[in-house]
Amino acid sequence: MNYHWNWGIFFEPNPMGTGTYLDMLLSGLALTLKTAALAWIIALIFGSLIGVMRTLPSRGAYWFGFCWVEFFRNMPLLVQLFLWFFVLPELLPKSAGLWMKQLPNAPFWTAAVGVGLFMSARVAVQLQAGIGSLPRGQKQASTALGLTTVQTYRYVLLPMAFRIILPPLTSEFLNTIKNSAVAITIGLIELTGQARSMQEFSFQVFEAFTAATVLYLLLNFVVVTAMRLLERYVAIPGYITGK
Amino acid sequence: MTMLGNLDFDVIRRSLPYLFFEGMRFTLTLTALAAFGGLVFGTLIALMRLSSYKVLGRIAGFYVDFIRSLPLVLVIFWFYFLVPYIGQWLTGASRPISVGAFASSLITFVAFEAAYFSEIMRAGIQSISRGQPAAASALGLTYAQSMRYVVLPQAFRNMLPVLLTQTIVLFQDTSLVYVLSIPDFLGAASKVAQRDGRLVEMYLFAALVYFVISCVASFGVRRLQARIAIVR
Repeated sequence: MNYHWNWGIFFEPNPMGTGTYLDMLLSGLALTLKTAALAWIIALIFGSLIGVMRTLPSRGAYWFGFCWVEFFRNMPLLVQLFLWFFVLPELLPKSAGLWMKQLPNAPFWTAAVGVGLFMSARVAVQLQAGIGSLPRGQKQASTALGLTTVQTYRYVLLPMAFRIILPPLTSEFLNTIKNSAVAITIGLIELTGQARSMQEFSFQVFEAFTAATVLYLLLNFVVVTAMRLLERYVAIPGYITGK
Repeated sequence: MTMLGNLDFDVIRRSLPYLFFEGMRFTLTLTALAAFGGLVFGTLIALMRLSSYKVLGRIAGFYVDFIRSLPLVLVIFWFYFLVPYIGQWLTGASRPISVGAFASSLITFVAFEAAYFSEIMRAGIQSISRGQPAAASALGLTYAQSMRYVVLPQAFRNMLPVLLTQTIVLFQDTSLVYVLSIPDFLGAASKVAQRDGRLVEMYLFAALVYFVISCVASFGVRRLQARIAIVR
């Protein structure tokens, strides 16, 4: 192999004048984290709402939830980001469209909202399955105790369902982190994007991508470990995973 | 006022042949071949993971966990730059060989999807009761024969809906070759969009096409699932 290796490249100054190449990658990592965190919050909020709606007796709520999930699940994430970034501002009234286009950090907000809504469909399906896996008696007992529907969900069904779906939610959170890399296509220079620009500036392809790979692996490891701890902390006594 | 009045949907009609005969053909060929390759290698990885040789299981497990920790976009970049060097190493050429956009994407997606398909096939193999391979070996079948004629056909059948759902995900994911400026369906739409300054029309149309294909396909998978469920 006649590739010229240079592992010292990370400590050489980058052409943007923002420190070394390593600083560049780390700022990308920070942006990946920020985007994924905001996207995950959006995914959890909308996913929970839609997931609950899909379990309600109301037909209208069920259909709304059904359409939401089908809409966000049946288009590639990349296409969805293009819709939010290029198409939506053009279809809105002029002033609103202009405001969106001139938003500082538009790629960041678009990525967070786009990835968040995309992931919300998956969270909704998981939560619906989690609520569905609870014995029917739980809902009936809550009704018998005189709890309203809101109270039943708030105090009985959701606390149980979220604990049950914690392991799949962990994978969905990891997917959110990975999916934030798709935003490179709308100009978000997150970790993969920084590795790509480092490769373009320095021609050290494999060093750049190796570093990004290691950072993603570390991030994965940290998230998985943290979620294991959380799982143990909230485990329900009496269940297989309980204390 | 919205800008809907300024839209020119004729640009779509004019570019239909290019979009479908070039772009969609690339997307569908890549999806089909990557699904097939991913299934073959995924099954091999699953067999490695379940084999009684611990080392094989470790290697396979490491590969799957490793690939599944990385964003597909990063893996696409990795292979795009790595494959020419692997080609050079394999053929003993004096410089990295260029392999072309299609081959490079195909290798990427097979390697990436194999990790995901292997987890599905592993679940499928584990869903077969222990008595089956035991009976197969009692009948004098070798390991290869018992896998080939007894375990894998059933595992594949049980997992068919999940495998097809993963293929729909793969179909959507192939749009990410966009980062290499390869004219798959989305890439083709994007080329026309930028050439004619018609981003809104082209991206709306691309979204609609992906949506319809994925919806019809997942509806088909659900029907299939219902039919398979009756058998058991």
